[in-house]
Amino acid sequence: MIADALTIVWKDLRGLLFVSGSLKKSLRGLAFSLVIFGVFLPLQIGPDLVREPAAILPFAWVPLLLASSVIADGIAGERERHTLETLLASRLSDRAILVGKILAAVVYGWGFMVVSAMLGLITVNVTNAGNGLLMYDPLAIVLLGGFGLLGASFVACGGALVALRAPTVRQAAQNMNLAIFAVVLIPAIAMGILPQDIRRQLFETLSGLDWATIGVGAAVFLVVADLLLLWAALARFQRARLILD
Amino acid sequence: MPDLAIHTRDLTRDFGALRAVDGLSLDVPTGVIFGFLGPNGSGKTTTIRLLLGLLEPTAGVADVLGHDTRTDAGAIRERCGALLEHPGLYERMTAQDNLDFYARVWRLSSVERQARVRELLTGLDLWERRREIVGAWSRGMKQKLAVARTLLHRPALVFLDEPTAGLDPIAAAALREDLTALARREGVTVFLTTHNLAEAEKLCDLVGVINRGGLLAVGRPDELRSRAGSGRMEITGRGIDARIAALVHAQPAAASVELDDGKLTLRLRDGVDTAPVVALLVHEGVAIDEVRKGSADLEEAFMTLVGGEA
Repeated sequence: MIADALTIVWKDLRGLLFVSGSLKKSLRGLAFSLVIFGVFLPLQIGPDLVREPAAILPFAWVPLLLASSVIADGIAGERERHTLETLLASRLSDRAILVGKILAAVVYGWGFMVVSAMLGLITVNVTNAGNGLLMYDPLAIVLLGGFGLLGASFVACGGALVALRAPTVRQAAQNMNLAIFAVVLIPAIAMGILPQDIRRQLFETLSGLDWATIGVGAAVFLVVADLLLLWAALARFQRARLILD
Repeated sequence: MPDLAIHTRDLTRDFGALRAVDGLSLDVPTGVIFGFLGPNGSGKTTTIRLLLGLLEPTAGVADVLGHDTRTDAGAIRERCGALLEHPGLYERMTAQDNLDFYARVWRLSSVERQARVRELLTGLDLWERRREIVGAWSRGMKQKLAVARTLLHRPALVFLDEPTAGLDPIAAAALREDLTALARREGVTVFLTTHNLAEAEKLCDLVGVINRGGLLAVGRPDELRSRAGSGRMEITGRGIDARIAALVHAQPAAASVELDDGKLTLRLRDGVDTAPVVALLVHEGVAIDEVRKGSADLEEAFMTLVGGEA
């Protein structure tokens, strides 16, 4: 099953990285995003990028957004372009196909985030050449790497469920982007409309918390959520059902 | 290897109130090109999906290459190739990448993969264009590539669902030639659906006719032609006109009579001899040039079968 899933990963990543059969063309397409996250953003943030763990938070968006678009294209796109039925008529198991598609989305989103973060590090070092070698805080690396991976998995598994229900890629991508923005924006908006006193109390409570425990708790929550979403997606991704969709 | 590539008994599939396949009992021997003929919506595609184990039958059984479609569908798909309603190609990828991917799906080794892709693309005159993006190709070329994909892993049985549909006559003829050559060379059993009767006649060793989910007839194309042609006569000669046609039509032996540019085409009732009709024409002063019996083509055979069932 693993080898078959990796075959799907190979195909999906090749489709993304060799657009029109050429790596150069794909890199040209990716260059804009790389410049934004790997050059422009680090230039704005400056050396704080490596000093403050919270400063690397913008990178956390990358795997979420990319994984959502890759999984939408990987499932709803295959169906829309009439390639899914041929895949289902092959020897691959339902499980291998779905797991491969989720893995491809995670690898692409997470990989792009890692490349952007490394490029950011180079940018900061080049623009602050006199300050010695600047490195990310180890905690920041763990947070970004670990939560980036879990977040991308969350979006990919949840996205698979959304894409299985959406009639088109566009619809699937729209639904997923709305969900991501809702998850991020609703707490921010809620925070903004809370009365001043309550907000102050909340900040005081949060500042007194043990962040390591919160981090572990959040990671456990994401792992459980990822597994539940994967289980639900596997239950939904069945040949007989997909053929009739 | 079993003698029968496909064996079904009372295979039935319902979609709600609609019965798409109705008690299909069919045997397809190994090594033949089998044509499954039927009008649009007659149940051909559903039959392929049932045989590949992509759909569960509502009733009945189907064995493909000795495997039960309900319990062993994975083993069936392992040994079959399929070109379904759509070519199923990744249009943003090159031809070579498309084949390379499916060769990996079928676990061909790296060396075997390269050799097989080259062999198939060369055989279909596509090798020089292997690095082109498939999306820019004509439909005929895409269909060729899709056929190559179905044969990559040297399957024992290949399902082709209307492979020439939507192609211009030249592209369709070229694909037919390629298909026949590949099927013979690879020694593969082919289950081909079509509503193009000329195609079935040229390609197939055996044909089955399906309509409204039910199998109407199975046999060699010439057998079906002669079955449909029995009782059919064509008479040409001088003096054949509307009066003569009406006279013949009035005979109890004649089931139907058509007059077309001095040629009389009639269908006699079962068991009736042709001699009295010929005698009548001679008596009426017709100078007969030729009398031909039972020469329907596959299209007429098909129309007779499907029309008789309607």
